[in-house]
Amino acid sequence: MTPRYTSTAIALHWLIALGILASFSLGLYMTDLSLSPTKLKLYSWHKWAGVTLFALIVFRLGWRLTHPAPALPDTMPPALRLAASAAHWVLYALMLAIPLSGWLMSSAKGFQTVWFGVLPLPDLLAKDAALGDTLKDVHEALNFTLLAMVGLHVAAALKHHFIDRDTVLTRMLPRFRQS
Amino acid sequence: MTHTALTRSTLAAALALGLAGPAQAIEYGTLDTTASKVGFRYTQMGVTLDGQFKQFSAQLRFDPARPEAASTTFEVPLAGIDTGSPEGDDEVKAKTWFDTANHPVARFVSSAVKPLGNNRFEVTGELSIKGKTRPVSFPVTYTPGAPTATFEGALPLRRGDFAIGEGDWASFDIVANNVDVVFHLIAKPLAQ
Repeated sequence: MTPRYTSTAIALHWLIALGILASFSLGLYMTDLSLSPTKLKLYSWHKWAGVTLFALIVFRLGWRLTHPAPALPDTMPPALRLAASAAHWVLYALMLAIPLSGWLMSSAKGFQTVWFGVLPLPDLLAKDAALGDTLKDVHEALNFTLLAMVGLHVAAALKHHFIDRDTVLTRMLPRFRQS
Repeated sequence: MTHTALTRSTLAAALALGLAGPAQAIEYGTLDTTASKVGFRYTQMGVTLDGQFKQFSAQLRFDPARPEAASTTFEVPLAGIDTGSPEGDDEVKAKTWFDTANHPVARFVSSAVKPLGNNRFEVTGELSIKGKTRPVSFPVTYTPGAPTATFEGALPLRRGDFAIGEGDWASFDIVANNVDVVFHLIAKPLAQ
């Protein structure tokens, strides 16, 4: 039997992947809307999703640090292993930095983040329109960097599966049928 | 004995009046619009937000010796509204919100001032926004001073009563019905 990620790691990976896909698309869509109750609702949902994802990512990072990933195949050249490892840590860093930048942007723009309309997050920055615009650019740039990194991540996974024909992709796939 | 006590208390009262005289004589009648602040607090999906009215003016009379005779007419030109975001500032001028083209000014006219003790008063009057007039009353805290006095308080209103936010905005799920108009007013003595 080839080494697999733990089922917790697998569940977190796919849950967070779905969450990122949803909130990224929502973010892209909502910013172009003209002001309406729907727009305000979508912004709130996006912010709630961001806080939720941040919490999940912190938990996942903790899990990852206490449950090492299965070793990469011996056939991989050292430079590629290093690149793979670096790319994963960049992904983690982006997944933390993106919700943080969104939260800071909200504070600077004067809109406090209240998780699910119930739990207020402190405003770490005072209202500052210019800083808010800068943070918006930062949030956007980080997101497009993440998009590029996810593209690389998916391409690498597919290369492992279809070209290298190793287990790097399948060890992260959920096993629906347990025999 | 009785005679002496009476004289003493009369003297004390006269002294007190004499000392308090200059402060008591101040009747406030001019709003310091630069130092004063009028804003509003509203809630959007659980998030409390603060806006400001950048323009306002008032006629007011307040004599600390006769507070129940105090009166004010307070006007807020709604073109000077600051919701906290430029997008919001444009939106609230629209027909569905304040319709500032047809109803440029919000106005409060007081009808009664009731002392509640401890320099607190209940002010009653009529609030007119967007062509609708509703009776309102709210507490005001007075802080005496020379030469300026401070009046602070919040006027709670329901935006639905004034059709502020119609159509898509009429539901209170996103923008709550309750809005507080929060004020911190600095009044100067009546011009002699």
